[in-house]
Formats: sequence, C-alpha cells, structure tokens
Amino acid sequence: MPVSMILKQLGSGMIVSIEIFFLTLLFALPLGLIVSFGRMSKNSLLRGFVKIYIAIMRGTPLMLQLIVVYFAPYYVLGIKIAQSYRFVATIIAFSINYAAYFAEIYRAGIESIPVGQYEAAKVLGYNKVQTFFKIIMPQVIKRILPPVTNETITLVKDTSLAFVIAVTEMFTIAKQISAKEANVMPLMVAGVFYFIFNYLVAFFMEYLEKKTSYYK
Amino acid sequence: MNLLEIRNMKKTFDELEVITDISLNVKKGEVVSIIGPSGSGKSTLLRCATMLEKMDGGEMSYLGEKAAWEEETPEGKKVVYAPKQDLKRISRYFGLVFQNFNLFPHYTVLKNIIDAPVSVDKVPKKEAIGRAEKLLERLGLSDKTDAYPYQLSGGQQQRVSIARALALQPQILFFDEPTSALDPELTGEVLKVIKQLASEHMTMIIVTHEMQFAREVSDRIVFMEGGVIVQEGTPDEIFTSENARVREFIGKFGS
Repeated sequence: MPVSMILKQLGSGMIVSIEIFFLTLLFALPLGLIVSFGRMSKNSLLRGFVKIYIAIMRGTPLMLQLIVVYFAPYYVLGIKIAQSYRFVATIIAFSINYAAYFAEIYRAGIESIPVGQYEAAKVLGYNKVQTFFKIIMPQVIKRILPPVTNETITLVKDTSLAFVIAVTEMFTIAKQISAKEANVMPLMVAGVFYFIFNYLVAFFMEYLEKKTSYYK
Repeated sequence: MNLLEIRNMKKTFDELEVITDISLNVKKGEVVSIIGPSGSGKSTLLRCATMLEKMDGGEMSYLGEKAAWEEETPEGKKVVYAPKQDLKRISRYFGLVFQNFNLFPHYTVLKNIIDAPVSVDKVPKKEAIGRAEKLLERLGLSDKTDAYPYQLSGGQQQRVSIARALALQPQILFFDEPTSALDPELTGEVLKVIKQLASEHMTMIIVTHEMQFAREVSDRIVFMEGGVIVQEGTPDEIFTSENARVREFIGKFGS
C-alpha cells in the first residue's frame, strides 16, 4: 500500500484528531483558570471540593474518564446515548481532564508572582479585576509557557485515546489499516503525523516565549 | 489642617502586638522621618496608614475625612472602615514608595508611570504622558522613558517608582525604607530626589535607617520601639536626646 493511499485513508482521522486537540484547548485553558481560582479560594469547602476534583482527574487514567463520561448518561441517568454524543463526550472528558492540569500550572504561576505586585497595584488604586488582568496575568503567562507547552504536546498524543469510545480519530484508522493489510506502515505514518504536529506546536510555543521575552 | 491624623492605632498579628498605641499628626508640607530598631513597628505603621493592613484599634483620617474609627459592638470595640467608595477617594490622598520598588516588570518606565493615572483616574493619555515626561525630567530619567525596569539600576528603579507615585498627584507620600535595597552610591541618588521633593514642600513620611539623611531632611523625627513612639521632636531634639534608648540607637549608627 503506497504512502499516498495511507495518507488519504488517514485524512479524515487526522481532522478528528486535530478537532479534539483544538476544542480541548479552547475549553480547558479558560476552564483551568476558573478551577485554579477555586483551588486558591478562601472558602475551604470550595477549595476542598476542587482539590478532590483535581486529584481524581490526575489520579485516574484519561481512558477510564472517557468511558465514564460516555456511559454515565445511560447508566446513571438512563438517557439513551445518541451516536453524535461520542465526539461530545470525548471533548468533555479531555477538557475536564486537561483543565485540572492547567489549573495547577496556573496556580503555580499565580502564586509565584511577588505579593509586592499586588500591593503596588492596590496602592495605585487598581481594582481587583484590573490588577489581575493588567498586572498579574501577563507575568503569569510568561512564566507558565514552558509547562503549558509540555501539556499541549502530551495532548496531541493523548488524542489517540479517543478510540476507546470508538471515535475514529487517526490512530484508530491507522490500526485498522495496519491489521487488515498486515503492514506496520500505516502506524509509522501515524507516528510521523504526531511528530510533525508536535513540532509545529513546539515551534508556536517557542514563538510565544520569544514574544514575551522583552522583559525579565 | 492635618493631612494625616492617627489616634491610638493598634495592630496585632496572631496575638503578637506590633503596634501598641500610636498617635501621629502630619501637617501639610511637613517631612516626618520614622526611625527605630527592626521590629519596632515602623513598617507596620506605614502599612496600616496606607491600608495594606487593617488596624485593630484606633482611628485614622486624611484631610479630615475619616478612613477608620472604632465602634462599640457586642464583642467589644472594633475598627470599622469607611464605605468602599469613600475609601477609594481617601486612598487617592496618599502614595507609597516601597523598599523593593515593586515596579511592573512587563511595562516600560513610561507605562509604569502613566498606567494608573490613565486606567484608574481616567486622566487623558496625552495629559498623563505630559505629566510623566515632566516627572522623569525632574528625576533625571528622561533618557529611560522606553526602558524596562530590568534594564535599570536599583537607584533608577526607585526613582521611577517615586515618579509613579507622584504621577497620581498625592497630597502625602510615604516611603518604606526606600534605600534599604540599595548600595551607598545608589542610596545617594534616591536621597537626593527625596530632598528635592522636601524643598518643594511635598508632605512626606519616611521610614528610614539613614540617620544623617533623616536629620537633614526632616521637620520632625519619630523614634519608635516596641510598637510605641518613644520620643518625637525636631532633628536637634532627637539627636541631642536625654532618653538613654534613643541615644544608644543613634549612637550605634554613628552620626
């Protein structure tokens, strides 16, 4: 089987993988910020709840979380699962999982900003929202770019886990062709796809790091 | 009229009484230095006055407007602060210069100075820039307008932070050990700026360990220890004090 043929067959799966990747980032990045606020809340009940949430998300396999999110509506609520829910469940599971990791990265970044920055902002009359978005967040983003890059690269590879609830992302198709043709070539092509994808991710993140390197 | 009036201020941190009982009035144009050993409550006094900390007793007003006062409650006396809107207005009366500058590292010198006037006080940007440029010229930093804080020496950073505080046109400026993070050479350039402000009759309260400077610049010196004012008076009165503790402290610094 020529590579061009393999690529053609993998094409639709690649689009699904890319969709999972971007949609997860779209939801998990802001959701992580909200979770990190909960994690740092003065309210001990909320803080405790969020801590448990993060512990579960980080402490159990994403593959299991995909299964739980997919089957929960039927087994817990008795709702018949629609075919289209497969993809939605994937995005939900990925988003709440990655939000937990991002939340801890945000927290580390926010807590690393010296208290003097908040005090200076307060004395200068900035309100809390201004202080956070004008003074704190830009500095946090600069500091958390390297760990966010790590998570983002992991996410590219994790998209292959969606096969567990039969979402036909690229790796699923690669395995199917590989089994049918008794040839490892489709898997190799899949590997190259992930590698190039991550190369681009790393390239873009490096660009962001350079853009924020105008100050120390 | 007194720009600042503090009466019977108290402050405790988890059982530890840092300010026992402090009363202090500052008139317009006065320069008051606060000296005393570490842990005497000087910085806490400043932090309470600038409302970075909440005081536990006493009252405080700026330009006759009450910022905080005591009220009887079923659990005893408690300090209440003015409503948020009033506090916001009262906070505009003072500025604070920190020991560690606390400039915003992601902003240029100019942006550090104009951002609060523009986004807090709603000063038109052009006017804010004009104000900032004048300040930078006065403080000898005209060539640093577009620099970032990390590109400046500590002395330059501290002068920028003084400009940042002045840009909001406060009635009274607090300094919390403004030269403690600087070497002697850089200390000199910052002290020169403060002296210049004193000659322009800026009302200032300065917590400092620079005894000679305090003696030269102050109208009044306050000696604090153990959360109380041990002695206050003119520089001459303090430097020729009969009080054994004040003499000992000043003697150690060798004037």
